[in-house]
This record gives sequence, C-alpha cells and structure tokens, in this order.
Amino acid sequence: MLSLNNVSKVYYPGEPNQQTALVGVNLSLEKGDFLTIIGSNGAGKSTLLNIIAGDIEPDTGSIGFSGAEITKLPAHRRAAFVGRVFQDPMAGTAAEMSIAENLALARARGQKRGLNRALNKNSRQEFSRILKTLGLGLEKRLDESVGQLSGGQRQALTLLMAVLGSPKILLLDEYIAALDPQTAQEIIKLTREIVKDLDLTVLMVTHDLNQALKTGTRTIMMDRGEIILDIDSAQRKKLTVPDLLERFARVRGRELSDDRILLQTR
Amino acid sequence: MLVNMLTGSLEQGLAYALMALGVFLTFRILSFPDLTVDGSFPLGAAISARLILGGTHPLLAMLTAVFLGMLAGLFTGILHTRLKIAGLLAGIITMTALYSINLRIMGRSNLALLRQPSILTIAQDWGLSRTGATLLCFGLVVLLIKVLLDYFLHTELGLALRATGNNPRMIKSLGVAPRKMIILGLALANGLAALSGALVAQYQGFADIGMGIGMIIVGLASVIIGESIVRNKKIVFATSGVILGSILYRTLISTALRLGFSPTDLKLVTAFLVIIPLARPKKGWLQGLKKITFPGKEAD
Ligand SMILES: Nc1ncnc2c1ncn2[C@@H]1O[C@H](COP(=O)(O)OP(=O)(O)O)[C@@H](O)[C@H]1O
Ligand SMILES: [Mg+2]
Repeated sequence: MLSLNNVSKVYYPGEPNQQTALVGVNLSLEKGDFLTIIGSNGAGKSTLLNIIAGDIEPDTGSIGFSGAEITKLPAHRRAAFVGRVFQDPMAGTAAEMSIAENLALARARGQKRGLNRALNKNSRQEFSRILKTLGLGLEKRLDESVGQLSGGQRQALTLLMAVLGSPKILLLDEYIAALDPQTAQEIIKLTREIVKDLDLTVLMVTHDLNQALKTGTRTIMMDRGEIILDIDSAQRKKLTVPDLLERFARVRGRELSDDRILLQTR
Repeated sequence: MLVNMLTGSLEQGLAYALMALGVFLTFRILSFPDLTVDGSFPLGAAISARLILGGTHPLLAMLTAVFLGMLAGLFTGILHTRLKIAGLLAGIITMTALYSINLRIMGRSNLALLRQPSILTIAQDWGLSRTGATLLCFGLVVLLIKVLLDYFLHTELGLALRATGNNPRMIKSLGVAPRKMIILGLALANGLAALSGALVAQYQGFADIGMGIGMIIVGLASVIIGESIVRNKKIVFATSGVILGSILYRTLISTALRLGFSPTDLKLVTAFLVIIPLARPKKGWLQGLKKITFPGKEAD
C-alpha cells in the first residue's frame, strides 16, 4: 500500500554543513500496519516521515502509494490520504481560530474549498459528538480559540483533526514527547482506539523503546539514515528493551548512545 | 464647526475604511506585510476618474477599479509565491510599477472631476444634501463590503485563508496550497484598496498621482486604533473595529490640524502614531507606555 524504494536524502550536498539523512531506505507497509520507529537523534526518522508527507523530495528513489507513484506529488496534494501530528503541540492547529473552525478545516482535507459556510448546525453537532470521545470537555468549548487550550488538549485535538476527512496513512512524529506522562498515556490510548476504528496505516516515531515494542504491529530501528533492525509482530512479543540494545550493538558494532533513549530504559 | 469636523471625519473615515480593511486582510489575517496598497489605492482613483471623465457610469468605473486593484494584488502575489521575492519587496516592486501605470492612465499627474457625475451626485439627485448623500453612499458601500468580507472569512475558503496566515504548515498538511491563499488574499485586499481610492477620488473631486503615498501606514494606523478599542478578536468585531479605527484616525488627524499642525506634517504625525503600538520593547519605559496605551498587546 505504501512503499519506499531506495530512498536517499542528503541536506546541503557538497557544502561544509552537508548532512546525510537517509541512505537507500526500503520500506513497505500494508493497510492496517502500525509501525513504530526508534533510533537516536539525527537517525533520519523525521526526514523519513517528511518524505512520506511530501514536505521533502528525496534525492533518489521513489515512493508508491496504492499502486501509483507519488514521489513528486506536493504535500498539499498528499493531504487527501496522509494525516499527521507534529511533535510541537502548537504546529498542528491554528491558535487564533476556534476549535470548531479548526475541525472544519480538517474535515475538508484534500477537498475543494468553496464559498459555503464552513460551519453549520449539522457540522457543529458532529464536532461536538467526536470531541466528546476525547473526554476533555472540549465539546462545550467549540467557539473558544485553540490558543486557550493546554498542550495536551491541543495535541488531542490535532490527533482528531489528523484523522478527520478519512486519510489512509497517519504520521506521528514524537507527538507526545512534549506532554506530561499522564497526558501522554491518555493520548496513546486514544490513538490506539482511533487507529483500530479507522483501520489506518500508521508510522509512529518515538524515543521510548518500551512503548515502541508495546504499541503497534511492527518496529524498525534507524541509525545514521539506515533501517538497521526490522522486527515483526511475532518477534516483538519476546523482545525486551535490553534485547533491543544488545541487538543494536551487535548490528552496529557499537553501543547505542543517546541520553534521551537510555534515560527511558533505566 | 465641531459638528462639521466630525461629519467630515466620518465621511473620510468611511471612504478610507475599505483600504484599511484591505490592510487588515493582509497584515492581520494573512500575516503578509503588503505594501502594494500605496500603488493600488491611487490606481483605483486614477482609473475611476479617467473612466468617469470619459462618460462611464460611476458604478461601472468603481467595478473596474476593483478589478484592476485585484490584478495588482495578483501581481504582487505571483512575485512572492512564484518568483520567491520577499513579501515586502514584492509589494514595493508592484507599487513602483504602478506609479508609471497610474500616470499613463491619467495622462498627467492630476485629474479634476469638476461637475462630473459620481455616486455622490447620483444620490444628491434623489434630493439628499451633499453630506447626506456622502454618508448614505459610503455607509452603504462600507456596510456591504463588511458583511461580504465577514461572510467570506467564515466560508471554507475563508477559513483556509485565515489558517494560512495563522499556521501555514498546518494548512498545507490539510491539503491547501498556501501560495494560492496568499494570492487570493492579496487580490482581495488590493481590490478593496482600489475601491477605496475610487471613493476618495469622487469625494474630493480629483485623482492625484501622489495620493497613495504613506497609505499603508494610514491603513495600519486605522487597524491598530481599531484593535485598541475593539478587543474582541472575532472577525465580525475585528472588521467593525477597523472601520471604527479608520473614522477615529481621521478624527485624530483633523484634531491635529486644528491644533495647528500643518497639513504637510500629517504624515509625520501618522508615522509616530504607529510606532508605539508596533514597537516590541523587551523592557523599559517604552514597554510601560505600551502597557498603558495598549494593554494586552505588549511585546511577545
Ligand atoms: N532541514 C534540515 N536541514 C539540514 N539538515 C537537516 C534538516 N533536517 C534534518 N537534518 C539533518 O538530517 C539528519 C537526520 O535528521 P532527522 O531526520 O531530523 O533525524 P531524527 O528525526 O531521527 O532525529 C540529521 O543529521 C539532521 O541534522
Ligand atoms: Mg525528529
């Protein structure tokens, strides 16, 4: 359903600050797959997601979706089938617009936008109904501007928006890293429910190894622009975090050294 | 005397309000600092004056002004989004080009509209006084545009335009090309500025090549004054605030005149008027002054 073939990306090629982000990445996902992606800082995880979303064009290689090649399709044209949540809770919503307006923007995902009123009684009722599922009381605050919400509330709203308008792929880039642990847990739970309901294909980047192994159906580990481990759901069941670190050391011939990841494993 | 001054400010405030709404649309809604206004405002005055002198119906002349103003905005939009020229510079380029175009349209630097029909004379023919005709015509035009603009900014397209100014990355991830929204917003804003120019030309009875100089600052001053009075950020209130701001700006200016400022000093007065609210002091006396004069708008 989604496939990356030999995708590479170098930032500032030939310049002193040249950065290799992806090296010949191959990846193939089926409908309903839930992939978790781990790897130290700078491994290329965000670049991978940006390339799938169309924010960045790869230097080489191609991207296929549902049998069509989409390598050159710009981000706004991919929005019809790609929903995403960014790490920064501020990034996924328009702060100066109301909750209802933000949802209306998302519901028209990938569609032509015309001169009809964006909100009416029906859409407001529908938005109330889906906001209720968050259990945050946002359904009573439809007309408040999103800037009034906390980071966690904004991220929950962004998640709802990312799956409105029926996208097929959901991209989550460390989307709970900025939240407190309890809110993060709630958002993860919500994500599981939504993903199951809508049968989405998900790519989720996280630096929490435990969570990566517990969430989803498959885990890949990246390092210096390459996918170095690919663990399917059968293998994941037996794998522990120390196993994972040990396998990293075996494949790469060095220890994993990323404070943020290692802190999580203590 | 005072009544005269106030009705005069009201008339002028309404005539310039559409230009201020255009500035609100670019600076505030789209977060795009568009300077095209200094050229599109006199463009509207020039083309409507020229057409009225040639016997065209004033309403048709005004529609033509809107159309040409929109083209000017479109041009700035293309310079910025397609040719990747910085926003400020793109506006200055269009504004400069328009100076020559406006001179071409007028054939000289000043066109008088003595004893020519205008929407004001048409209303006077219904038996209204000059002031009555002006307030009625300008009031109706401004109200109509405000209602249309409010409506538009709540449509699906309008929401996308607002989101582009607020969070371009997000709106892109929802399937809207920000550059299309920027072009649309610039076209609308400069259409409004040109319409405003057409109203002012009919009101003062002439079009002049220099009448656009500093227009952007006048618009900005109106927007800022409006925001300091109408605090509610909802679109309907914000656009009302801009119109109110335009009227109050004219009142301030005529007060400055009565205080003995020379008309040639007014741009200096206006320039200083916008410094305090636009300044983003980190601390010190200016921030104190800002807190007093514009509470809730201190530097971020
Ligand atoms: N916009 C950019 N410009 C230049 N270099 C970048 C940019 N984005 C990422 N990089 C570089 O590409 C590499 C991969 O980055 P990234 O994909 O953000 O990794 P991760 O998300 O795994 O931390 C890093 O070396 C990073 O410095
Ligand atoms: Mg990253």
